[in-house]
Amino acid sequence: MQGCGVVAMKRIFADLHLRVNVKDSAGMLRVLSKVAALGYDLVGVSLAAETCAEEVERLRGVCAELGLDFVSRVDLRPRGSANLIRQLRRLRRKFEVVCVSCESKAIARQAAKDRRVDLLSFPLLDFRRRFFDRAEAELAHGGVAGLEVDVKPLLVLEGPARVRLLSYLRGEVAIAKSFGVPIVVSSGVSRELMLRKPREMAALGFLFGLDEVYGLDAVSRIPVTLVKRNREKLSDGFVAPGIRLVKEERDC
Amino acid sequence: MLKRFKRRYLALQLDSEGLPSRKEFIDAVWGAITKLYGEQGASQTSLVLIDYDLEKKTAILRTSLITLDLVRASLATITSIASKEAALHITAVSGTIKALRKKLGNGKSTAQGN
Repeated sequence: MQGCGVVAMKRIFADLHLRVNVKDSAGMLRVLSKVAALGYDLVGVSLAAETCAEEVERLRGVCAELGLDFVSRVDLRPRGSANLIRQLRRLRRKFEVVCVSCESKAIARQAAKDRRVDLLSFPLLDFRRRFFDRAEAELAHGGVAGLEVDVKPLLVLEGPARVRLLSYLRGEVAIAKSFGVPIVVSSGVSRELMLRKPREMAALGFLFGLDEVYGLDAVSRIPVTLVKRNREKLSDGFVAPGIRLVKEERDC
Repeated sequence: MLKRFKRRYLALQLDSEGLPSRKEFIDAVWGAITKLYGEQGASQTSLVLIDYDLEKKTAILRTSLITLDLVRASLATITSIASKEAALHITAVSGTIKALRKKLGNGKSTAQGN
């Protein structure tokens, strides 16, 4: 490789959805250690909306010791679209990733068009409330929201329930791909034995229509880009996309 | 002329609370494949358990190249073996058993294994 001057790029793998109990330090450490051992570099932990900044920094420190880059994430379950807007106004700058659980069509539509929303997730078992259709995808494409697919139900469900879920996911993934909506594959698990390696997550993506390259992108390039973009937005010097405050002087 | 039948060897690491026997292990693998792809799909995998080390909790499986993705996905869905919670992780994939053992001997896991 060195001889031909080509440098192999190592993928940065991310799991943006871990459901660990942050109050159970031992359990959380076990899960995070496993995440690091499985080859992830970036990990997103779902936190309660009222989590304080000190707690986030403590978690960041724990992850840094394990060689993981911690991403703070909040999962919003709004009662309606007005409530979603209120929650976004209150929480957007507190967390690096904002995911909205779309329980109704109105919430799904509002979340898809709101540029403060990063990820859209839908009820796993209530298939009539999976609102990711073409209209939703078009709105999500106009905004910046991606579709999040948790692999946990694929591991725990069996028989007709899993068949039905795979069928819905295949349809949603096809729509998302045709509208250019990014797809993020996450674990959504809370126990270490349910965790899978990044490549295994990509292999699970194969079940609902993601090819090998897209499957790997869904656990590496896409979530990493999302986090990078949000971190830039949350940084002090950010003015607008592409515009940064380099130097500030009084007389300017 | 018939096309050469290409195979892939998969090195697996078992992550489990219990110590499943060789039969329990391969039953779990076949069970996962047949659940996902049915008997017709499973028959195309040409799956063979080459090696199973109970102490190290490692195994080597052989499958056909064309069904590698199918086997990978099926292995990822295994959550229990012999009624004990378990997970199977692919540590390396290779075209020959010699190369696979070499990779494992060097303590490396391939990019594919990640």
